[in-house]
Amino acid sequence: MNRKFTGDNVFKILAAVIAASAVVILIVTAYTLVSGSVPVLQRFGLGFFAGTQWNPVEGREIFGALPYVLGTLVTSGIALLIGVPLSIGIAVFLVEMAPKALRVPIAYLVELLAAVPSVIYGLWGLFVFRFWIQNYIEIPVSNSLGWLPIFSGTPFGLDVLTAGIILAIMIIPTVASISKEVIGAVPNSIREGAYSIGATKWEVIRHWVLSYGRSGIFGAVILGLGRAVGETMAVTMVIGNTIGPAAIPTSLFKPSQTMSSLIANGFLESTASLEKSAYIGVGLFLLLLSLIINIAAHVMVTRVLKVKGGAVE
Amino acid sequence: MNSKENTEKSYTEQMRPDVKMQSIGLNAWFGQKQALKDINLTVKANAVTAIIGPSGCGKSTFIRTLNRMHELVPTAKMSGQVLLDGKDIYADEVDPVQIRRRVGMVFQKPNPFPTMSIYDNVAAGLKLTGAKKGKNLDEVVKRSLEQATLWEEVKDDLKKPGTSISGGQQQRLCIARAIALQPEVILMDEPCSALDPIATAKIEELIVNLKNDYTVVIVTHSMQQAARVSDFTAFMYLGQLVEFGETSGVFENPKNELTEKYITGKFG
Repeated sequence: MNRKFTGDNVFKILAAVIAASAVVILIVTAYTLVSGSVPVLQRFGLGFFAGTQWNPVEGREIFGALPYVLGTLVTSGIALLIGVPLSIGIAVFLVEMAPKALRVPIAYLVELLAAVPSVIYGLWGLFVFRFWIQNYIEIPVSNSLGWLPIFSGTPFGLDVLTAGIILAIMIIPTVASISKEVIGAVPNSIREGAYSIGATKWEVIRHWVLSYGRSGIFGAVILGLGRAVGETMAVTMVIGNTIGPAAIPTSLFKPSQTMSSLIANGFLESTASLEKSAYIGVGLFLLLLSLIINIAAHVMVTRVLKVKGGAVE
Repeated sequence: MNSKENTEKSYTEQMRPDVKMQSIGLNAWFGQKQALKDINLTVKANAVTAIIGPSGCGKSTFIRTLNRMHELVPTAKMSGQVLLDGKDIYADEVDPVQIRRRVGMVFQKPNPFPTMSIYDNVAAGLKLTGAKKGKNLDEVVKRSLEQATLWEEVKDDLKKPGTSISGGQQQRLCIARAIALQPEVILMDEPCSALDPIATAKIEELIVNLKNDYTVVIVTHSMQQAARVSDFTAFMYLGQLVEFGETSGVFENPKNELTEKYITGKFG
């Protein structure tokens, strides 16, 4: 009995240490990023955030992160624009329409998309998908609507649009499977009430199911955004990787750069300490953005679960 | 009652004007399990018809076939006819959405829409058909809430969520929601089973008043409730209609031994 008691205590302490390590890792990461970016922040101040030039040549150094912040936001925005409607469509189909025999295999396949390593998406994007985009979307659009600023540039296939679409595909499993859970948690009594007043299936889905699940779906979207913002490998392979003002994403058909692809491309080759500090500073922005997004998602999802608990009774 | 061999047309001719709905040779299944067996029942207009019977006897399934809610269950099947004003609601050209607007429903557990205000809960059905916000809609909402005897209690809180009121009030809100569409028939599936005695008494009083304007079919677990509110009573057992007649007759003079056993509390 005594021995068991001691074993419990040891386990308790062990578990506490392991749990605490998660917090410690986050704090250490944040500390490293903050201290590492002090030199570049001291040298350029706000200019590091707002500037557009990026020149690591010694003596002429200037670092501005704005193009890459914009690159991340724009590609992630495209990913949401394309990926979210598809994901919600998949979720609605799986819960509300799919025959039972299809439901489980399709849900499994969708979740399997999340298991594909991102470098595989990158390879596919680089060797296959890029040419589809180039030949079937970009060249025709460029020929007819090339005078519009957002369609300007040479349609080359390695650009903001391709990166956004690849990201869209990558966020689908996250957004679709959480939306599926949220929609599945909508009480059937609500659907029945809506049918009983003469709503069609489409109206039940649109006005009742999606409205009831909206905060949960919003949470799913935010988690998808988190994934899109942090994604590195696949984006690096298809976005074209420009530097400086050329990386400002002004057109869908122009190459750009995201925060994560900038770090992935440049960090290992950086030599001067100020340049290293600049990459770390960009990493700090990226971490802050990811933290904000994840906290927002957490708040939204817990709120919807609470509402759900109250609404069922 | 009519025999099954007759054609639909002759049923129509035979139907008396005071018959609002009629089921003919109605069978229903969930997967392989047969829930209703050859139910032939008439529902009189402007009367309350109660359906009683032990749990699992098919009474809920039966009223769910009367407004085509039954078919929403994925494994559900049915055969036979259900006539509304002499016309089969399961005929090919009939849109179930239209039937559900003519035959409203109140459920066992109050299910007001939690994302909508009290006002919108009542207005939701009308908004589906394009009713615009304004005086007319306000009028209908008010009248429906008045008919459901809820207006006085919620008139200052119309913007609050439909789930913010008590269970009994929620159930009357659901009745108002059904009434707002001006249905011809209102189906109630054990509407008081989740309510306390005071709320139950209010709903029962309301049901009796509703028959002036509507035809009411109520499924109930409580024989006392059936005796208090209904004009006609049907007793169902194991998916079959055992006995049907005027409520006083069924309770005082049951013809079938099973009915007698059930109403005297020997089983159920």
